[in-house]
Order: sequence, then structure tokens, then C-alpha cells
Amino acid sequence: MIPIDYYLWLSAVLFTIGVMGVLYRRNAIVVFMCIELMLNAVNLVMVAFSNYRNDAAGQVFVFFIMAVAAAEVAVGLAILIVMYRNTKTTDINILNRLKW
Amino acid sequence: MTINLFYFLSFVAVFSALLVVFSKNPVYSVLYLIITFFAIAGHYVLLNAEFLAAVHVIVYAGAIMVLFLYVIMMLNLNTETEPHKSNLLKFAAAICAGLLMIVLVGSLKGSELLQSPVMVHDVGLVKNLGKVLFTDFLLPFEIASVLLLAAMVGAVMLGKSEKPPANETKTSK
Repeated sequence: MIPIDYYLWLSAVLFTIGVMGVLYRRNAIVVFMCIELMLNAVNLVMVAFSNYRNDAAGQVFVFFIMAVAAAEVAVGLAILIVMYRNTKTTDINILNRLKW
Repeated sequence: MTINLFYFLSFVAVFSALLVVFSKNPVYSVLYLIITFFAIAGHYVLLNAEFLAAVHVIVYAGAIMVLFLYVIMMLNLNTETEPHKSNLLKFAAAICAGLLMIVLVGSLKGSELLQSPVMVHDVGLVKNLGKVLFTDFLLPFEIASVLLLAAMVGAVMLGKSEKPPANETKTSK
């Protein structure tokens, strides 16, 4: 059986890669994919803890995170399509109206 | 054996996650993300969460990534139209992510939670999970269905063509 800190390190690395992708890329779709990556890192650590502490609540929580992620992707991609229709690009530097 | 499988799946997950960030073409990013999700599903199997692994493959690799691919196809994105940040900003992004990694490692290292005893359990089976889901978490389960309905209606509303009917434009002006 694998010690739980291995899973903690793995999901910390995956989460960090997701954060780096959000900061690194300008394409809104790739930024969105990196957010999915971060959600999955958190899901992984939740499943690990639920297994190690013999508590099913963590896995049920992962279900709800998946449902919310599906809803988020549907709405987010619709927003991206509207953005592309208005600006003809998915570059997030175009969307700087809220910049101070 | 199990530990070797863990190392292999972790390597695949981390490597393809890095390729998601660094590949030029968004379509390749999606394909590498699918590989990452399959590796994470393998981790779920290793953690005795077979049902979650199946749901993860179906929902993420099956539904969400296909949605991403379709949107990329509809928007006709490719390497030429891909905008890029300047090298300074890319360097700053990598530094920031490295600092976050240091913070995470430093905060997790040496915590007492990690020394908990390790046992094999069967909470991930469909029977146990369904029992918990439909007794303790019944209300959140129902609310999740309302959330999905709201997301569907919202996506349809946003994706609708923006051109309003002719008589409405006159009244609004």
C-alpha cells in the first residue's frame, strides 16, 4: 500500500502545474483546461484521504465536484464562444476592461 | 508492484500535464489532458475507488474533453492564431508556480497527519458509496440536479445567436 504523502506530493505537483498553466498561457481555452487540472489534483487528494481514513464522504464530495465541474465547463465554454463572436479571438489580454 | 504502478502513473500524469501547458497547439493540449485524466483514473483504481474511476473516465475524458475539442474546432484555433506572452512574463509565471510549490511542500512536510496507519478499505465500492450518497447526502444530490439544469439553460441562452428579432430592435432604439 502506498503511503498517503506520496499522493499529497503528486497532487501538489499537479496543482502547481495547473497554476503555472493559468499564468503561462494567453489562450482562454488552455487556461480553462489548466483550471480543470487543478480541480483534478484536489479530487485526487480527496479520494486518497477518503480511502486512508475509511470515510466515504470524501468520495461523495468528489462526485459533487465533478457535477459542478461539468456545469462550469458547459457555461464557461458558452461564454468563450460568445467572447469569440464579439472579439474574434480567445486571447485573454483583450479582456482588460476590469483592469485597474 | 503497486508502488511501481504508482510511479508509472504519476510520471505519465505529471509529464502529460506539463505538455498540456507547453504544447503550442490547443488540440494537442486537449489530447494530453485526456492522457492525464486517464492516469488519474488509474490512481483512483489504485485507491480502491473503482466506481469513481469509471465515472471520472466517462465524465472527464468522455464528455468534458469532447466539449473542449468541439469548441476548438468551432473556433478554428491552431498554432498560427495562438497568442503568446512575452518571455519575461513566462519566466515570472514559472517562478511564481515554483514558489507556490515550495509553499505547498513546506506546509505539508512533517505534518502529523501523514503518519496515520495505512489499511485497505472498501469504501469505494458502488454499494457503500450509493448508500452514503442516498442517505446522508440526499439533499445535495438533488440540488446538484438543479445546478445541472441551470447550467444547461444558461449554456443554451449564452450560445444562442445574438441577433434579436427585427421588431424588437426598433423598440429598443
